[in-house]
Amino acid sequence: MKELTINAVIENIEQVTSFVDEQLEALDCPMKAQMQIDIAIDELFSNIAYYAYHPGVGPATVRVEVTREPLAVVITFIDHGVQYDPLDKKDPDIALSAEEREIGGLGIYMVKKSMDDISYEYKNGQNILRIKKKIGE
Amino acid sequence: MTIEKKVNGSELSVALTGRLDTTTAPELESALKESMEGIKVLILDFAGLEYLSSAGLRVLLAAQKTMNKQGSMVIRNVNDTIQEVFEITGFADILTVE
Repeated sequence: MKELTINAVIENIEQVTSFVDEQLEALDCPMKAQMQIDIAIDELFSNIAYYAYHPGVGPATVRVEVTREPLAVVITFIDHGVQYDPLDKKDPDIALSAEEREIGGLGIYMVKKSMDDISYEYKNGQNILRIKKKIGE
Repeated sequence: MTIEKKVNGSELSVALTGRLDTTTAPELESALKESMEGIKVLILDFAGLEYLSSAGLRVLLAAQKTMNKQGSMVIRNVNDTIQEVFEITGFADILTVE
């Protein structure tokens, strides 16, 4: 298990991504799964950066764990900002035309579709969002 | 991400390299904004693009809406990961991917 605690600001997304990628590469994670995980980090960490401590700044912890059989990574995002469950939201209507389209909710929807599991809990004043992605055969 | 723009008359080609995400999407947004006036054909070349997140989709949607009014927009050389993002989000039906 490895974790990184860092200020939840947009400028730090790149550092979080590198931190996770380093561990994925050590596991020989397939490129496609790695890119899907990188997208999920962009969506989830930017959400924390934009909303958790608004208008101030606060920390977020990103924890990476590996489970075996099947080989999978579990990434947990923890902040102690405003209570917010991103899963408690209706999926966007993806059949609308360009003119009617709205972007809200699309990020979390992409994460739901590309990860094998996603869960949220609010505990001890912390938002805890967990994603799981299988990276083996 | 790097952005390479070429204007040929009323045709604008934009080649992207890297990642189109929360950090870089604003760069594409301003690059397009300053060059789209009078453009009838917008070509986005994704050959060097690794992936995009919803922040990137937002910029593509805005560009598509603008081009729906003044001409057309096509996206070329899309990799598997990006094509899957387009399909999952229904953007495959909104965008023209060649």
